[in-house]
Amino acid sequence: MSRTTQVVDRARARSTPPAAKPADPPRRSWWTTRRRDQLAGLLFVSPQLLGSIVFVLLPLGLVVYYSLHEWNVLADTFDFVGAENYRALADDPNLPSVLGATGLFSLGLVVLNLSLALLLAVLLNQKLRGTVVFRTLFFSPVVVSLVAWTIVWGFLLQDNGGINGLLDTIGVDGPNWLRGEATAMLSVVVVQVLKNVGLNMVLFLAALQGVPAELYEAARVEGAGRWTQFRKITVPLISPTILLTSIITVVGSLQVFAQIAVLTQGGPGTSTTVLVYYLYQQAFQFHHFGYGATLSVLLFGIVLVLTVVQWQMRKRWVFHEQ
Amino acid sequence: MRVRLTAAVALSALLGLTACGGGDAGDSDGPVSLRMTTWSANEAHLALFNEIAEEYKKANPNVTEIKFDPIPFENYTTTLTTQIAGGNPPDLAWIFENSAPDFVSSGALVALDDTLKGTDGYAFDELTPAATKLWQDEGKLYAYPFSTSPFGVFVNTDLFEKAGRETPAELIAAGRWTWDSAVAAAAAVNAETGKAGLVIRDFDYKGWDNLSTVWTGWGAQAWSEDGRTCGFDQQPMVDAMTFLHKAIFTDKALPAPGTTADFFAGDAGMTITQISRASLLADQKFGWDLVPLPAGPNGDYAVIGQGGMGVLRKGDNAKVAADFLAFLTNPTNSAKLAQFFPPPRQSQLTAETLAKTNPLLKPEQLQSVVIDGISSGVVKPSHTGQAEISQAVRAALDPLWQPGADVRTVLTGVCTQIKPLLDR
Repeated sequence: MSRTTQVVDRARARSTPPAAKPADPPRRSWWTTRRRDQLAGLLFVSPQLLGSIVFVLLPLGLVVYYSLHEWNVLADTFDFVGAENYRALADDPNLPSVLGATGLFSLGLVVLNLSLALLLAVLLNQKLRGTVVFRTLFFSPVVVSLVAWTIVWGFLLQDNGGINGLLDTIGVDGPNWLRGEATAMLSVVVVQVLKNVGLNMVLFLAALQGVPAELYEAARVEGAGRWTQFRKITVPLISPTILLTSIITVVGSLQVFAQIAVLTQGGPGTSTTVLVYYLYQQAFQFHHFGYGATLSVLLFGIVLVLTVVQWQMRKRWVFHEQ
Repeated sequence: MRVRLTAAVALSALLGLTACGGGDAGDSDGPVSLRMTTWSANEAHLALFNEIAEEYKKANPNVTEIKFDPIPFENYTTTLTTQIAGGNPPDLAWIFENSAPDFVSSGALVALDDTLKGTDGYAFDELTPAATKLWQDEGKLYAYPFSTSPFGVFVNTDLFEKAGRETPAELIAAGRWTWDSAVAAAAAVNAETGKAGLVIRDFDYKGWDNLSTVWTGWGAQAWSEDGRTCGFDQQPMVDAMTFLHKAIFTDKALPAPGTTADFFAGDAGMTITQISRASLLADQKFGWDLVPLPAGPNGDYAVIGQGGMGVLRKGDNAKVAADFLAFLTNPTNSAKLAQFFPPPRQSQLTAETLAKTNPLLKPEQLQSVVIDGISSGVVKPSHTGQAEISQAVRAALDPLWQPGADVRTVLTGVCTQIKPLLDR
């Protein structure tokens, strides 16, 4: 190689850029669409989540914690007693009658409330004049203060109250509603049904109005009567609403308190002492806060079991359109 | 889920979040605000409390506020204990005699002896032993017996006139003011006027301890002095309750269960209650009188309801609160309060002194009902764990309030129910 060639080659070498290295893969951004959607979702649910933690999960945990303690408010003592309160629960001689009264109240309330609400909804779903007025009338107790409602009914149900006054006008000598064991429970149930039947009625009305009219027309063409239409079309198609209302009503029935406190205070005897009222007595009147917490754990367990059972049973009777 | 857990939350919200609340008797520096719970929302009562509080604030500029917090009578003790559990105890609290054993023996209250004795001109020694007995534990006074109020019978003389019956005052003058004549008169008022004859106020077939105003006339008692032995199945109680049952269901002298009648609205011929209720008669249009309880088979007797005023140990300003209590109940203010709340001070228990502040009552009424009642009266039943016992008695007594009840069987059942509670 001549000297000139060598010089040219070196010059070329200097002027020619080195061969390019393989390019790095493009850097992936941390802020992906997926992450953005996750964050947005978390932000949307965070108020509810926070509320659930602070007002549901934390108190629930605390109730269980307190159920393992004996807390004497006046003496300012707070002692761990382990499962002592649960043993006391198992040995409590009042518990059978309390659970019996609770079951009786719940059964009466659920049966009366749901059947009356459905009946009213079917009647007020007709295209007749005045149905709006009646819907408003039946719904209005829902927005009335529970305690005020109960106090007024307390006066009406007195021995010399308005109900017996009305019965007297037709020659019937009414019972002393709140002093008889059977009539006291019946009175509390009816007062509660009248208070809240409007809510279930509105839910049923909404469900009824979602049933396609052509199904009824087809049924009529097939010669089905009203009862058959109701049984074969209406009930299956509103069954999701029946499930919802039954869960709400069962849970609500187990939490009855104000009506008992105002109308009967658990009496006569202990015939209307339901679980929540008993819990209140133990915790706040008798100052057995630990045992009160134990009773609330029991109540939670009952509500949980009943709700799960209802939810599982939906597979058998709730209609879901495919 | 939220719905499912509501029951647990309801208890937790009241119990749980407040477990660490409240402090121990520490007194904060700087401005002090006091809160005192009372059962009475009566404007006249509160006006007098506020008047005394204003005087105290003038003399104690560091006390910027003294708030009187009325709590409804029906749920008074439950609300008070819930406030304590919730870490929001009042500084001072009115306490009923039926919960006195629980409050006094538990250590919830501050001992007052040193503060009261150390207050200039307080005259601690003149507090009558009978009045302070319920509020002491191991020689220390844990609440001031703010009101020692005998039960008397208020009479609607207009209804008696309408019924054409001798009034209780006339029966007293004739030496015939007994339970038999009282029930006969009440039955006549009911029959002739259609109004109720005799109302035992606050009883309403639930507040059974108010019946001690009747059964004490038979020498009956709910339980023995030491609180160990049930008295409901004893003969004096059976006799008293048999009499009462007949008065209700046979003679119709008392309104039947489930029937309400308010004496102060003019709906009854007589009512048994304390003189602190006399203020409700200030604007009444009907003629009225106040007489002692009728004599029972055991002769004359009196029953006292007491209210104590205590300083909560868990309050933030216990020392200041005790000092205010000493001011509120010193001889001068005690005399002012005597118009509503009969004081435990011996020097003020004279008809002349009480008459100065009780314009609604005549000196002879004050002497026969208040002075004589306080000197000879027995206090309404009280026991540790009273709320639980009270509930058990209420439930066990319910079968008695039926027309055909077997009195002895029901009362035996009461003792069966409460014996385990008395034994605790």
